Amino acid sequence: MQKKLILDSDLLDITISRLCQQLIERHGNFSETVIIGMQPRGIHLAEIIHARLQKDTKKEIPLGYLDATFYRDDFRRREIPAKANETRIDFIIEGKRVVLVDDVLFTGRTIRAAMDAMIAFGRPAKVELLVLIDRKYTRELPVAADYVGKAVNTLTSQRVLVELEAQGHKQNKIWLVNKD
Amino acid sequence: MSKLSQKHLLGIKDISREDIELIFETADNFKEVINRPIKKVPSLRDVTIANVFFENSTRTRLSFELAQKRLSADVINFSASNSSVKKGETLLDTVNNILAMKVDMIVMRHASPGAPHYLAKHINANIVNAGDGTHEHPTQALLDAFSIREKLGSLVGKKIAIIGDILHSRVALSNIFALQKLGAKVMVCGPPTLLPKFIKHLGVEVELDVQKALQWCDVANVLRIQLERQQIKYFPSLREYSLYYGITKKTLDNLKKQIVIMHPGPINRGVELSSDAADSEHSIILDQVENGVAVRMAVLYLLAGRTS
Repeated sequence: MQKKLILDSDLLDITISRLCQQLIERHGNFSETVIIGMQPRGIHLAEIIHARLQKDTKKEIPLGYLDATFYRDDFRRREIPAKANETRIDFIIEGKRVVLVDDVLFTGRTIRAAMDAMIAFGRPAKVELLVLIDRKYTRELPVAADYVGKAVNTLTSQRVLVELEAQGHKQNKIWLVNKD
Repeated sequence: MSKLSQKHLLGIKDISREDIELIFETADNFKEVINRPIKKVPSLRDVTIANVFFENSTRTRLSFELAQKRLSADVINFSASNSSVKKGETLLDTVNNILAMKVDMIVMRHASPGAPHYLAKHINANIVNAGDGTHEHPTQALLDAFSIREKLGSLVGKKIAIIGDILHSRVALSNIFALQKLGAKVMVCGPPTLLPKFIKHLGVEVELDVQKALQWCDVANVLRIQLERQQIKYFPSLREYSLYYGITKKTLDNLKKQIVIMHPGPINRGVELSSDAADSEHSIILDQVENGVAVRMAVLYLLAGRTS
């Protein structure tokens, strides 16, 4: 299995700082903004960004977790049904500006499902998408991210592996892995 | 692993502890879904389910239908009383005719034990047993165990007494299998005429005195006296049954501990359970009904998602 390092711990830190600055630039005092991390792997990134934004802005920003499993379009089309995770949105998203956070943007199908899932909680004023890794030229749906940590050229046969300390790894590292 | 080991849910006997835990974890998520402002998810939108009921039911059927609709499945309902079954059509023919209309899943209740197992051998669709005679009622046992888990945290080492008509009860048998697989201790209690002769061989304790059973247990699952199945007299009168085996608020207050009261419904108020006990703070009967929808959603979701 060939692995190539895309982001190491230091670079990742710089990238997350930049993403936070971009969010602050666009959202100002965050009075109408909520952050929603995508289950299962976007929540750690959402937590990191949320903590940093609260520290930098000294504002309370609502943070939720969204699971889109039941809204996926590949149900009954894959061998094993995707496992559901907890959805926890303890605030009203009606009329809010939602920042959806996920680790990797690949085909765009998860994001489509996520938007469907989110609508069950109300009608947000605006939805933005933040991803750490944007896999270019692999989209199957017209989905684009508003905030991108790093855009990477990948083959469909490759996989992006995100290892975060929050997930129990020794160091924050992001890899591009050849599947064979 | 997020896949059930079985293609059908015919009985708790056939599924593993891991299967039950997967169903519970999925049901946790569906319970959150059914408490949202919009209670519907599109998961089963290309699945058609037939509810085939050869025996009467209110709760189970409503609960299944609601679960199916919350999952966006297409639903058709069939009951034997107003169908061609009356004209002498066989079970297999009836079901095959339904399947010819491109139905993916069958939820079936039948008066004969083993009827869904027989179907499973002959047809391709996923089958969920919604009660087969006095044999099994797996989704009821799952929702009972799910409700206990919700109330007490875990079932490991918990003491559950099943009280009443064990002989005719499919709920009792499925409950015994489910609770034992999850690590609970099970006792059955009832008049000797309503206890199956070899029930001890399932590894359960047998008690004839309801007071002792209540003293022993953490949870009492009180079963309905099935008046429709009592062709011969198993006890002298309902009043006598109620006197010796009926549970009242007073009996519960006299215990020196808190126990949980469950009942699969419909309650014969004043027979196995008095009104004040059924409506007391001990009772989680209505939680059972709510959990029933979530658990059935989980079962349907996991079976439908299991492509072979």
